[in-house]
Order: sequence, then structure tokens, then C-alpha cells
Amino acid sequence: MRQVSRDRLVSILLIIPSVILIGVFVYGFIGFTGYASMTKWASLTPDFTFVGFQNYAKLFTIDRFLISMRNTVNFTVLFLAACLILGLVLALLLDQKVKGEAVFRSIFLFPMAISFIVTGVVWRWLLNPGTMQTGSSGVNLLFEKLGLPFLRSKWFTDPTVIYIRPETAVGQFLNNIGLGWITTPYIGFSVAVISLVIAATWQMSGYTMAMYLAGLRAVPDELREAARVDGANEFQILRHILLPLLRPITLSAVIILGHISLKIFDLVVSMTGPGPAFATDVPAFFMWDTTFRGNNFAQGAAIAIILLIMVAVLVVPYLRYTNRQEAEL
Amino acid sequence: MSATATTRPQAAARKRPPLRPQRVLVYVALIAAAALFLLPVYLLIVTGMKSFAEVSLATMWNLPSGIHFDSFQKAWFGQESAGIRGLNSNFLNSILLAIPATIGSAFLGSINGYVLSKWKFPGADLLFTLMLFGMFIPYQSILIPLVQALQRMGLYGSLPGLIFVHIVYGIPITTLIFRNYYAAIPTELIEASKIDGASLLGIYRHILVPISMPAFVVVAIWQFTSVWNDFLFGVIVTSRPNVQPITVALNNMAGSYIVEWNVQMAGSILAALPTLLVYILLGRYFMRGLLAGSLKG
Repeated sequence: MRQVSRDRLVSILLIIPSVILIGVFVYGFIGFTGYASMTKWASLTPDFTFVGFQNYAKLFTIDRFLISMRNTVNFTVLFLAACLILGLVLALLLDQKVKGEAVFRSIFLFPMAISFIVTGVVWRWLLNPGTMQTGSSGVNLLFEKLGLPFLRSKWFTDPTVIYIRPETAVGQFLNNIGLGWITTPYIGFSVAVISLVIAATWQMSGYTMAMYLAGLRAVPDELREAARVDGANEFQILRHILLPLLRPITLSAVIILGHISLKIFDLVVSMTGPGPAFATDVPAFFMWDTTFRGNNFAQGAAIAIILLIMVAVLVVPYLRYTNRQEAEL
Repeated sequence: MSATATTRPQAAARKRPPLRPQRVLVYVALIAAAALFLLPVYLLIVTGMKSFAEVSLATMWNLPSGIHFDSFQKAWFGQESAGIRGLNSNFLNSILLAIPATIGSAFLGSINGYVLSKWKFPGADLLFTLMLFGMFIPYQSILIPLVQALQRMGLYGSLPGLIFVHIVYGIPITTLIFRNYYAAIPTELIEASKIDGASLLGIYRHILVPISMPAFVVVAIWQFTSVWNDFLFGVIVTSRPNVQPITVALNNMAGSYIVEWNVQMAGSILAALPTLLVYILLGRYFMRGLLAGSLKG
């Protein structure tokens, strides 16, 4: 009994360093950032004069912030959809007992081992539309050579934002039914974001492929066999048996990819920067620019806290759910 | 259902179906997808191998006339006369950074995982969940105090400072992987040793560590890859070019208008090589790390 209580003490002593480190460097620092976001600290010398939520209120009047929030939503939705669909399709293809499965799997998965910086540098050249002087370059040039010049695009140099204009018939109709507030470029789609989505999907869709493939392998052959005996076709098997069984995997993938996507930073830095009229700007980049280039620490802290809240809304329910699930075991 | 399961021989299930039009379509789709995934690799290698005379945007998809290593040489050693820094010292920095950071966080993660799975105290699960949250946070939300704290500790701008940061923020994921791994080890094994009078540390050293090699490999690969590939901590903590890790140096190189793009491509290959090698050699463990990252063991 003495041994056990001594071991109990040792166990606590062993874990205390990590608990202190996480306590200070995660929770303490978040607290500090939260406090800094309510001060006047806007230069290299800290100024902790308390101003409440002023910095937050100001953010929602800053054009660049609203644009970067819109871009994040654009990016997250497209990136998630692309990774889930492509990952599922690749996994279903690989699950057909194909020859050379390991080779294909490696090809789809290797970009995950690479830094977003490398991905950004490569894709910046691939999607570089070229100029009048140089002519087309990258994939645009490839499209020309393949006789598909209509596929050429301005990629990340395209400042176009698609949104419902208030002066159009649809815009006026929306205005009449009290939905006039959605007829703004802040609730729209930034075309340049597609380039970021392509690069990020190239890098991360192998992850969803691997997760779905592991899930498909766990489905017993007998289940499909029984469905076939009952006269189900392959599409019905996918729709009514496989997809429902893969739902927990989809949930995990949405959480993991979703939080990566909300935080996306490296790829933007190395591939596009904020882009024309901030067409590819994101909050993580705006925060970095504001804080470490502009020295507006309080404003940067406010952006960081908003980013944290967005991630927490996605992740906390998931953490609680997995925690509770374990407790039941 | 169980009837088919028992009557159908396992071997027949594994046999490949004959090549029908439908199967041809499967292969066509897979090969097309593989080609698209390899497109950037083609451009990287082809461009990296071209001589300076051959490099032009108009011929970027053409094969090189021969194998030239000029670009790699310039990316690695730089060119002092043109003010271009080579990546060699940054490559070394990344190695000196990634190895100790990996060892440090693997060690802490293993201890934490052991205590949180086999020596659970009241509230251990809650503590674990609180720790896990640390791996999801956007690091922007801790950067401002982090810089201040590192300055006070005299670690700001140095490689040891960056190592420390990676160890701290590596704790959640390494703890997760080890905890899941140790949770699968029968508690009876631990209980029996306790009755035999083994202490907590004795059990750890003589029973758990010897059977944890797979977990250590998974954690090592995961941490090495994420530390090597990190950019945000590197760019914030190290401002002097001679201390910066390779990702930061590569980004600076790519952002500079005096560096030719074939040199950028060669630099990208150099920056990607170590983690790609790890992936090629230890791909199986890499996969396991990936799947562990989604919380399920």
C-alpha cells in the first residue's frame, strides 16, 4: 500500500512539468492575448490601457478583415468539399483490388510529407498565368499545348469577386424581402481563392483518401455480398451501406481539415500573399501582418482571438464527444 | 450473412476479378489522378535539372537537354557576388532543430501517455482533453506573449529557443499517440508487476519502454515531419538569416526577385528531401501517425 501511494506521488511529479508548460504556454498565453486584445497596445512599447471590446468593434469596420473572413469561408468550404470528394473517390477506386495499389497510395499521399512552403513555391509557378511579355506559363501554357486554351485562367492574380449586386433584379428582390444585407462583396466568392484550394487539395486529399480507405477496409465483405444477393447495385451499396458506415470518418476529417483550413497561413505566405485587393488574404495572415509588421499588437490580438473562437467552435464539441465516448467504454 | 461468411473461402475473396471494361475504367481513372498528383514533381525535377541557359517560361514543360546541377549548386551554396544566400546552413539548422525537438517531445509524450493511461488520477481524462486542445489552437493566439516570454528567458532569436517552442507545442500530439498506444496494453501486465513489487518507474523502464518502439517511431516521424515543415514558429522566433530553419529561408529565397525560379525549384527539392525520404523509407509508420492525429488510436 505504501508503494502505491509513493507511486501515485511519482506519477503526479512526472506529469507536472507538462501540465505547467501547457498551462502557461497554451492557456496562460491565450489569456494574455485576450487581455492584450482589449488594450491600446499599438506600437512596440506595450500600452495596457483597457479599452474593452473597442478593437473587436473596429475590426468589423475594416475592409481587409471582412474580406479575409469571407476568403476563409470560401476556402474552407471548397477545400473541405474537394478533399472529401476526391479522397472518397480515390479510396473507392483503390478498394477495387487493383494492381499496384501501394504505388498509387504512395503517390496520393506523398504531398502530405512536404511543407506548405514547398507546396506554395511550386504551385505559385504552376499557376503563374504569365504576362503579356512572357506569354502563358505554368498550367496555362500546358492547356495551350494540349489545345485547350479556353481553360486558361488568371488564377490567383484574378481580383474578381462574385456576389449579388444590389442594382440587379435579384438584388432588388432580396432588398424588398429584407435580405438586402447579403448583396455585398463581403458575402461573395473570391475567384482567386480557387488557386489556394487547388494547391491545398493536392497536399491534403491523400489524408482523406487514407482515412476512407482504412474505413472501407473495415467493412466486412459479407455485408456487401449480402446486399448484392438482395439485388442491390454498386451505387446503392455505396449510398446505403458504405457512406453511412463512413460517417464517423467524415466527421473526423471535417474537424481535422476544417481546423487546418481556418488556420491556413504558410500556403498563403509562400504562394500568393494577400493578392490583388486582398483576394487571397486570410485572418491568420492579416493577424501576422498587423502584429509583426504593423506593430499593432492589440488589433492583432483581437484577430487572433476571433480565429481561436472559430477553431474552438469546431473542435471543442468534438473533443467533448470523444472524451465522453471513451468514458463510456 | 454468416452462412456466406463461412462457406465462401477467404482465398476466393482476395482473387482479382478478370479485366473487364469497368476495371479498365478504374485503372484509367487512377492513372489520370496519379499523373495530376505528379505534375508538380515533374516540373520541380525538370526545372531543377535544367542549365541556366535553358530556363524560360515558354519552355518550362520541356525536358532538359541533359542533367545539370547548376541550380542545385546555386540553391545550396548561394552566390555571394549576387547577394544570394545558399540554403546549406539553414538545412543544417533544420536538422539541429528537428532532432532535439523530436526527442524532447517524444520523451515527454511517452511519460505523459504512461501516467494518463496506466496511473489515472481523478480528473486525468479532463486534463488529457485540456492538453489535447493545445494541438488545435491557431498559434496566432499565443504568438504575442510567446515572443515576450522568449525575450525574457533570453531564448528569443536562437535555435534553442525554437527547439523549446517545438517541444512545448509538441506535447499534446505526442501524449495522444503514446496514451492511445499504452491504453491498448493489458492492465493485468501492470498489475502483476505491481504485486511483484515493481515501482512506477521500474514498470515504465522494464516493461513499457521495450515494447513502445512502434509508438516511438510513429511519434518520431510525426514530430520530425511537423518540426521540419513548420514555418510560423520559425519566422516568428528567428529573425536572423543564419539561425532560420530551411522553410523560412526557402520562403525568403522564393520571395526574392533576384533568385531565378529554377534555383527556387532546386531549393524546394532540397527542403522537401528529408521528410520525403522519411516518408519513402517509413511510410507505414507515417500512415499510422496520420491516422493517430485524428484522435483514434
